[in-house]
Amino acid sequence: MIRVENVSKHFGGLKAVDHVSIHIASGSITGLIGPNGAGKTTLFNTIAGLYTPTEGHIYLDDEEITGLKPHQLFARGLLRTFQIAHEFARLSVIENLMMVPGLQSGENLINAWFRRAQVEREEQAIHDKAMQVIDFLNLEHIADELAGNLSGGQKKLLELGRTMMVDAKVVFLDEVGAGVNRTLLREIGDAIIKLNQEQNYTFCMIEHDMDFISRLCDPVICMAEGKVLAEGTADQVKNNEEVIEAYLGHGMKHKGAIA
Amino acid sequence: MSVLIGENMVGGYGGADILRGCTVAVDEGEIAVIVGPNGAGKSTAMKALLGMIELNSGSVRFRGKEISALTPQARIALGIAFVPQNNNVFTNMTVFENLEMGAFLREDDISETVDQIYQLFPILAEKRNQLAGELSGGQRQQVAVARALMSQPSVLMLDEPTAGVSPIVMDELFDRILEVRQAGVAILMVEQNARQALSIADKGYVLVVGENRHTDSGRALLANPEVRRSFLGG
Repeated sequence: MIRVENVSKHFGGLKAVDHVSIHIASGSITGLIGPNGAGKTTLFNTIAGLYTPTEGHIYLDDEEITGLKPHQLFARGLLRTFQIAHEFARLSVIENLMMVPGLQSGENLINAWFRRAQVEREEQAIHDKAMQVIDFLNLEHIADELAGNLSGGQKKLLELGRTMMVDAKVVFLDEVGAGVNRTLLREIGDAIIKLNQEQNYTFCMIEHDMDFISRLCDPVICMAEGKVLAEGTADQVKNNEEVIEAYLGHGMKHKGAIA
Repeated sequence: MSVLIGENMVGGYGGADILRGCTVAVDEGEIAVIVGPNGAGKSTAMKALLGMIELNSGSVRFRGKEISALTPQARIALGIAFVPQNNNVFTNMTVFENLEMGAFLREDDISETVDQIYQLFPILAEKRNQLAGELSGGQRQQVAVARALMSQPSVLMLDEPTAGVSPIVMDELFDRILEVRQAGVAILMVEQNARQALSIADKGYVLVVGENRHTDSGRALLANPEVRRSFLGG
């Protein structure tokens, strides 16, 4: 589905991503782990069109997408969420969701005046869809709250919700779990599995919660210092000495007395 | 006696009250952890303790003295420090300048504190002249905690210090937090890595819709089946 070939991204002298080649198979939930500063988010940003790679090529379904802009990728079904939520603070939760599907006919002034019925039908459909998403993420009680007033974790859920508003092919999730209550995270995991199995979404996610990664992801790719350090099943990667050294640590001492 | 306590706090950001009568406190030499669902008011409770929001009712006391009327900067001068969840470093300043900013209210020599900080967070010594904005998420988090410690607080409040940091750094951060407590600083933190946080907590609070749902030792909360199911992910 997504092929990243020999991609590098440099910022001045810093090689944030250094000759990375990865493959995200269609229908997979691929996990991307690695120490802070490994270049995971930079790789995401490069794939998702925020940065142009310094070198290398990126393909979506064998079509080259290197250097395409985020909105062009969005039109091709490639979506992403952000580590720090990017909400429209002055719009409500439901309005934030309803903003997502582009090219609504009501955005055209003539349609807005003369094709009221069509515009209303569309809006109703989008509204219904948004309500389903809100329901799915347990955000009913704050559907009309301004997004700027949400807690950090709720904003993360809204980020995920935006990707559910359109029929995405591949969704990149940047630490959707950070700051999210663990019971809710388990439910988000269920949602991701459901979207993957029932609607054939492909996911690639950066995440630090290894329980979450192990439950959802196959394969798991570990990056360090801009390069791919290891790749395999969650168990293989977790037991890789280099990954333990660079990322997991031997400690695991604060894993909770009663696990 | 609690170093810092917010008692029966009611308030929010103007609309509906987020805090609806909850109480959180931290004692001398203690780590207290607040857990709960998203939107429960955990961060808001901390902001109320620091004075970033005004309470409609309730009381905030530092070493027994009422401080509800004080500005945030006056509370920081008393010895309360806070590390927010996001935007918690000055990205256009170097690591060292961030530390200097943390000592803004101090008039004595800060070099000894800086040295202690560098010992506690070796990566910051290495990157002292780099812009904080160029650091990775986990490194920034260490800058943020270090910046807060520069005011030599007696209470350190941390809002999700381990959100977005790798397991090895999380372990390190928790180790650092234990060391900070060892140095006599009381710690109050909000955490979603709740199992890990509760396992080092002397006291834990579960907040739900702005009210206290459970209060117990960290260990007891970890062992409580209802808490595990509803808040710790099973």
